[in-house]
Amino acid sequence: MTILATLLSHWRRKPFQLLALIAGLAVATALWSGVQALNAQARAAYDDAAAVLGGDRFDTLVAPGGVTLANYAALRRAGWRVSPVIEDRLRLPGGRSLRLLGIDVFTLPPTAPGAGAARTEASLASFLSPPYRLIAHPGTAALLPGDLPPPLVDPTLPEGLLIGDIALVQKLANRPGAIDRLILAESQKPGLAPLEQIVGARLTRHPPAEQPELARLTDSFHLNLTAFGLLSFVVGLFIVHATIGLAFEQRRAMARTLLAIGVSRRALMLTVLAELLVLAAIGAALGMALGYLLAAALLEDVTATLRGLYGAEVPGTLSLSPLWWLAGGAMALFGTLVAALSGLWKLSRMPVLATAQPVAWHGVERRQFRVQTVLAALLALGGLGTALWGQGLVAGFALMGAVLMAAALILPTLLALALRAARRFATGPLSEWFLAEARAQMGGLSLALMALLLALAVNIGVGSMVSSFRLTFLGWLDQRLASDLYLRGEDAAQAAAMESMLQARADVDAVLPVQHVDLAHEGFPYELYGIRDNAMYRDSWPLLNAAPDAWDRVADGSGILLSEQFARRFSLGPGDRFAPAGMVSAEVVGIYPDYGNPTGQAITSEATLNRYWSPERLRFAVRTGAPDDVRAALEASFALGPEQLVDQAALKAFSRQIFERTFTVTLALNVLTFAVAGLALLTSLLTLADMRLPQLAPLWAMGLTRARLARLELARALMLALITAFLAIPLGLLVSWILLAVVNVEAFGWRIPQALFPGQWLSLLALAVLSAGLAAALPALRLRRVAPAVLLRIFSDAR
Amino acid sequence: MRAKFLAMLLLILPAALAQAQGYGGLGTSAKGFDEVRPERRLSFPADHAQHPGFRIEWWYVTANLQAADGSAMGVQWTLFRQALSPEARGTGWAAGQAWMGHAAVTTVTEHRFAEAFARGGIGQAGVTEDPFEAFINDWSMRSTAPTGQDPLSDLRLVARADDFGYDLSLRAEGPLVLQGNEGYSVKSPQGQASHYYSQPFYTLTGSVTLDGAAIPVTGTAWLDREWSSQPLTGSQTGWDWFALNLPDGARLMAYNLRDADGGAYTPGTYIHPDGRPEPLADGALILTELDRETVAGREIPLRWRLALPAKGIDLTTAPLNAQSYMQVAFPYWEGPIEFTGTHEGVGYLEMTGY
Repeated sequence: MTILATLLSHWRRKPFQLLALIAGLAVATALWSGVQALNAQARAAYDDAAAVLGGDRFDTLVAPGGVTLANYAALRRAGWRVSPVIEDRLRLPGGRSLRLLGIDVFTLPPTAPGAGAARTEASLASFLSPPYRLIAHPGTAALLPGDLPPPLVDPTLPEGLLIGDIALVQKLANRPGAIDRLILAESQKPGLAPLEQIVGARLTRHPPAEQPELARLTDSFHLNLTAFGLLSFVVGLFIVHATIGLAFEQRRAMARTLLAIGVSRRALMLTVLAELLVLAAIGAALGMALGYLLAAALLEDVTATLRGLYGAEVPGTLSLSPLWWLAGGAMALFGTLVAALSGLWKLSRMPVLATAQPVAWHGVERRQFRVQTVLAALLALGGLGTALWGQGLVAGFALMGAVLMAAALILPTLLALALRAARRFATGPLSEWFLAEARAQMGGLSLALMALLLALAVNIGVGSMVSSFRLTFLGWLDQRLASDLYLRGEDAAQAAAMESMLQARADVDAVLPVQHVDLAHEGFPYELYGIRDNAMYRDSWPLLNAAPDAWDRVADGSGILLSEQFARRFSLGPGDRFAPAGMVSAEVVGIYPDYGNPTGQAITSEATLNRYWSPERLRFAVRTGAPDDVRAALEASFALGPEQLVDQAALKAFSRQIFERTFTVTLALNVLTFAVAGLALLTSLLTLADMRLPQLAPLWAMGLTRARLARLELARALMLALITAFLAIPLGLLVSWILLAVVNVEAFGWRIPQALFPGQWLSLLALAVLSAGLAAALPALRLRRVAPAVLLRIFSDAR
Repeated sequence: MRAKFLAMLLLILPAALAQAQGYGGLGTSAKGFDEVRPERRLSFPADHAQHPGFRIEWWYVTANLQAADGSAMGVQWTLFRQALSPEARGTGWAAGQAWMGHAAVTTVTEHRFAEAFARGGIGQAGVTEDPFEAFINDWSMRSTAPTGQDPLSDLRLVARADDFGYDLSLRAEGPLVLQGNEGYSVKSPQGQASHYYSQPFYTLTGSVTLDGAAIPVTGTAWLDREWSSQPLTGSQTGWDWFALNLPDGARLMAYNLRDADGGAYTPGTYIHPDGRPEPLADGALILTELDRETVAGREIPLRWRLALPAKGIDLTTAPLNAQSYMQVAFPYWEGPIEFTGTHEGVGYLEMTGY
């Protein structure tokens, strides 16, 4: 206990160090655990959604174009325990839609969760017969329009989901008699005839997905978040490492004394560990609380993004498992230990009788710089290897990690080189001293500068990626949404009536049916669209890479267009052959960008689509010079629901809104990372400030005023920050290239041309200088006000 | 008389699907459904098929069998229909009809049973008129009668579950029998009633499969057909129903409809060997429980004294297997029995509400 009290007395004397340590730990933990909380929340939601009706447990039977009633009845009459499901979406006014599952409660395996609320005597009749109530989570129930009967509520259901009797859902979805899949119960009677014997080869049997489809689609989004969380964590650890290292050095004398008066090394080490644990626990607790707040603050944007991009429903209130708390705490502890490792190691080998003089921790550490340079070179090599031979998103992030770490490690060497170069131009002793001091200070500041470099580079990289994406995306949106109105009929009859009415109007230039079927290629879902040959497509549909006669080939059915991510996924390009569902083989004649779509897409002719699949013809794109008149006419003739008629502007606004939301989280994390780097700089300068007095006292004694010294100190910090910021620009561009050319391609399947935004760099430079200035101002101010007696005491204390 | 199901079925499908148990809600209104009327005359084969306007209906077969080694067995095959609500009368998936099947095989040592549920309107369960077939999933009762004969005169009865199954051929050796007054069967002193007829004269051959082994069997079977919309009175707590094959070829149907106040309503039908029904008024039968045994955690009267003084009948019944309990979503006791006394023979007993 006495040993612990002795050790802890250090923190009492250096409250800033303690603050820096705990703040660093807390911030590192907060960002990491906040991101993990968001990911965990989303993943839990995907699992819940997949587990509904036992989707994570039961095999299913599906067929192209749906399972027929005859298939179902034949299987049932042959003794197979199968249960029909229809899945659709219920569109709500305001653009949101809910997942709609229709079930047959008579045959649903009793172990399939989801229908619980219907299985009570009081509710079953109203579920199966008029008024045909749905089942929903209370939060979702509140969203339902008033023309539906009040749903049965079940708080165990995922949000955004409605479960109803299959007859009701077929009616709501306007798909009479449709069955999308059959659930195959786990236990079947012995001696049944094989499935193929009963229904032929039409039905295919799918095992339960190992990973929910939503989890697969959103994987890259979450990996992005994780990478940022990890980056912030590492930056935070820089602070922790710097502070702990400093504290170890400053307590060398204390440790030596303790060992000399008979404290065993083991007891000392254990006490130091115990102290670290206590500090880690405090930092972790604060960090977890901050992380929770952070996650709660970002959750709305994350859920909006996931809903907008992937149709994934994630509950809007944070619910965290005990595991999350444990994992966060463990991460903080692990981080602290890693950060303290070098200090502990030194302590364990410290000779008892070494001189008590505290080594200037920031002293000449050329050897260390050399080691760092070698490490950086190795990392750069590894990164190069990853870039050349690596595959997948993880490799992309590994490449980025290697590049960033290499850059950070080599930073001190580069700074030293820059200072050496500057020294040649130094005139007079003061500027020589200024540069030499800067060089000497680098040891102590290097970690903080590294953090600054990383934060700046990542900021430039991410900013450049987002801006490039925005530029490309908005241009693409303008081309892609070239029609003036988008129209959907309630049913085939209404759609046909709309079509003939529009075609009869003189102010309508074209009515283009938008029909598609959902298919899968090697398990990857994609939509096959059939388009009518029209100038609108030829003139404005954006193509990345196409044969000159691409549109003619699509029109005559011999050519097919693929979306970029779809083509990349299967390494297809113009000239390759592609046969949707093995039906019609066509030549790939073009690749077009399809940003923001998690699934694949392909385009064939209207005739081809209808010859093989003939999907319902409900949606139309309308080209007109008088959209307002046409809209008014449509509204006068048909009782249009809110989602049936959308104009181009509204659609663009909606797409833009999703897009902006997507990057809100990234940008927020970016800003936070930057703030952490600023904090690292501040704490490093603050902890160094006290140790600088012995270096400054002689200058003061030689006649430099305290104010002048303070200005010089400030200028030095600004200079180092400025050099670092300059170095961050090329690094940032490299990061942005990795993001655009590697990570985005792997994660989303599209490549965005890189654009340069010097304005962003300038503002970041300014921001870097400003934060360095702010961080250095406080120590400078203190120096300016330091009592002369304190400076004098330096000399009397000198050994 | 399967009186219990009039009340039970009103609840059994919801209750079974709801995985709930117990009686209750017997006062459910029959409003909106077709009404049972005394003047209605049954006509065949039309009335073999379903009557979707009525709330509840069933096709109910019980059989007493002997294996080649002489050991006794019993078999049950039942299909129930219930209309979900008077308003829900759509087509296809929205047909608004619920179907439930029960099947069982009973031996001295084993009682195996299974149940099945399905909605009507989609070809998974139902009754077709021509050719006649009552079915749910892979269980079926199909007519094999030559054209021109009553479809129920020859039947093939099939059921298959996880650990048992059977495939039986039934041949009627006598006419259809109208229960009650020309098929109008009164259920309670308050006048609740059903349309009810039987075919109690089947002989059968076929095989019963237990744990994968097929056992050839012969025996007799009894078919009940009944439909109604009205529940029994709320104070009726359960039923004891007997179907007995008397040695001279006559049949006896008797039931003991228990009231909460301790009284009982005990009508029945004495069926002459030629098929002529003789309705028995309440009180003509004297039913006395002899002793109770614990079955599935309940005290159930497994041995009865059954007397019909007007016909010189005084019998004591005993179950083939005391544990013939149908532990389905809505449980009851049903199994083969033997009787001794003034006459000896076999039959079926069904007991509910214990």
